[in-house]
Amino acid sequence: MKFKIFISLLFSALILFSNIAFSASPKTLVFSAIPDQDETRLKQRFGDVAKYLEKELGIPVKYVPVKSYAAVVTAFRNKQVQLAWFGGLSGVQARLKVPGSQAIAQGVEDPKFHTYIIANHTTGLKESDEFPKGVAGKTFTFGSKGSTSGRLMPQYYIEKAMDEKVDKVFKRVGFSGNHSKTIALVQSGAYEVGAVNFKVWEKEVKEGKVDTKKVSLIWKTPAYPDYQWTIRGDVDKEWGKGFTKKVQAALLNLKDPELLGRFPRSGFIEAKNADFQPILDTAKSIGIID
Amino acid sequence: MDSVYKHSPAWNVSWLFIFLAGFSLFFSDIEIISLEPWQELKRLFMGLLTPDWSNLSEIGEAFLQTLAFAILGVAGGSFIGFLLAQIFHWRWIQISCAFIRAIHELFWALIFLQIFGLHPLTGLLAIGLPYAATFAKVYAEILEEGDKSALQAVSRDASRISTFFYARLPDLWEHFKSYTSYRLECGLRSSAILGFVGLPTLGYTLSSAFMEGHYSVVWALLLLFYLLIATIRYWVRPALLPLYIIAAPFIIANDSTISFDNVQRFFTEDIIPTPIMRGESLSESWHWLSDLLINQALPGIANTVVLTQVALVASGILTLLFFPLISTHFFKPAGRTLGHVLLVILRTTPEYILAYILLQLWGPSMLPAIVALALHNGAIIGHLIGRYSTEIQLRVDASRGLNRYLYELLPRLYGQFLAFLFYRWEIIMRESAILGILGIATLGFYIDSSIQELHFDKAMILIFITALLNVLVDTLSRYLRAKLRLRTNVDCRASNDYCTAKE
Repeated sequence: MKFKIFISLLFSALILFSNIAFSASPKTLVFSAIPDQDETRLKQRFGDVAKYLEKELGIPVKYVPVKSYAAVVTAFRNKQVQLAWFGGLSGVQARLKVPGSQAIAQGVEDPKFHTYIIANHTTGLKESDEFPKGVAGKTFTFGSKGSTSGRLMPQYYIEKAMDEKVDKVFKRVGFSGNHSKTIALVQSGAYEVGAVNFKVWEKEVKEGKVDTKKVSLIWKTPAYPDYQWTIRGDVDKEWGKGFTKKVQAALLNLKDPELLGRFPRSGFIEAKNADFQPILDTAKSIGIID
Repeated sequence: MDSVYKHSPAWNVSWLFIFLAGFSLFFSDIEIISLEPWQELKRLFMGLLTPDWSNLSEIGEAFLQTLAFAILGVAGGSFIGFLLAQIFHWRWIQISCAFIRAIHELFWALIFLQIFGLHPLTGLLAIGLPYAATFAKVYAEILEEGDKSALQAVSRDASRISTFFYARLPDLWEHFKSYTSYRLECGLRSSAILGFVGLPTLGYTLSSAFMEGHYSVVWALLLLFYLLIATIRYWVRPALLPLYIIAAPFIIANDSTISFDNVQRFFTEDIIPTPIMRGESLSESWHWLSDLLINQALPGIANTVVLTQVALVASGILTLLFFPLISTHFFKPAGRTLGHVLLVILRTTPEYILAYILLQLWGPSMLPAIVALALHNGAIIGHLIGRYSTEIQLRVDASRGLNRYLYELLPRLYGQFLAFLFYRWEIIMRESAILGILGIATLGFYIDSSIQELHFDKAMILIFITALLNVLVDTLSRYLRAKLRLRTNVDCRASNDYCTAKE
């Protein structure tokens, strides 16, 4: 038993030690991103972005992978992440939780973002300009619960068109977790209809990952603002005056098509908090934000 | 015609549970949703034939993290649990421990993620806290039920500490040791599944690989995990433990920081119900609460109970099918070995992972959850009952085959079987709730949704309700066990089996 007590004391001492050792103020800029597609490749996807920022900013930059949209918001809020590639909704949530934080850049495509409603071929649904009311009674999957293009916006437009809550419209409503998975599930027929981020859809179609005989686009939502880079308000204090501007410039200067393909965007442009007001309003109307 | 014959209480209770499960089944959603589930199953088995070890550094890292979190979490839990066991007779300690135990590690992880984020403390507390509460209870039971003859011989003047070390510990050491090492195995499973909510353990890599259908990677991870658990007795040695405990903090350390502000904010803002934070009127607050109760808590409770009852009876049925596989009364050694391998695989795979696999194949109805819970729990109890059956001496001219099963063994083992099953009841309920995170509409689904929408106040209320439901089932199970006089015998092995069944 003495042995055991000894071990346990040692253990507590070490925990204490590890805490002290690692709570020293980090000069590394840590960033994260919402896990919106293929989760096995998150590190490859953003690891090189970290290297780029490191070079541009002249300070160590690290990317940390996280498992859920909410976890990115939490890490941002807890100061464990200072910069993040958010979706429209997660960005709005994060900026509400961290006063002073700012949206600094968005993809060229992001001010006019769309969600594609896709359907398995067995449903017989075809592409139309009008909302396809034939989706009623089918099985349906969103992406992640916290996604803008995979959940918030499609839910809003579906409920608006059908004048009913989604769980009444569809026979079954699921959450696939991310956009790649939504495509895979609708393609395999696990769900008949799904909502997917149009950029991810186009990218996967182009890469030949989608069997367009089995799954196809049936409707496109109106445009809305989506992804953006958001930075904490206190970074200037940590890394010196003008740091926010410096990060912004680095992002806007990102021209390497290889790196841009990771997002996937054709380039980055300036963004400000007010750009995302429509997202906040929609989230409030659906009840995700009180 | 009136019969003088009366059914035993065990018979009545069994049929009551079967009837309840049948009734629940009526309300449950057990459809196979995927259009091509067998196609996917085929791909899964192809993955088994071609495990992919190419990404060895990532796999190795995931295993190191899994081990380190498990070892530190269980060590910390056992130390605190041991201290708590000394004062476990205090009523409020018992109640708090019951409550902490009633909340699953994954829910604890979701809570601590909000407070400590990606800091290793999240994982350590998520394992350590509920494990401490379980250790406290079981250690206290060991102290209570163990042999006290040496104690009576000790002089009154002896100090408490030396009494403990000289008169109690030598008799109880084996109990402590074997239970603690058994819990380390559980800890490995817990640590592995914490990856599903974002800790850098096995579940992280596993769920990512699964998401993308990389089944060869999935099998590489699972096979390694089976190997790790199967060889546990070779690498867990008292002499090596200090080494592991010293190394582990370095493995799990990362450079994220924690601050007291976050802790404070969690308790003073995040979990305070929104209407109270905003100082809204009583009627508005009531509206908020009733909305939560009616639209989330009630359907969540109903589905959790339905799933639990069906899975409990299904586990019972599978147990009765499984135990002969490893019993000397039915199979020769070769056959029994196969039975052992099957049961070991089923009980080593965490039910969360089993359910996850089946969900990917069949889609998110209750069916995958029922099958996963029944296979895992059926294998655990089947293993224990199988071992008990082996000890039963039959007459040389005893009947064979089905008659032997029905008339010789089953009546002798039935009490033991029911006792084990009732011990698992609470555990099955805790798992049923947690499986909601995977998309089945049990309480876990609503808790996860609230957290994803950053409504921690709602999540905490739902977690509280889940814990209450668990405590209720635990109490009911204890009542039934007492009523049916299902008692534990306290030789070392038996008590360990009960612990195995319990946790």
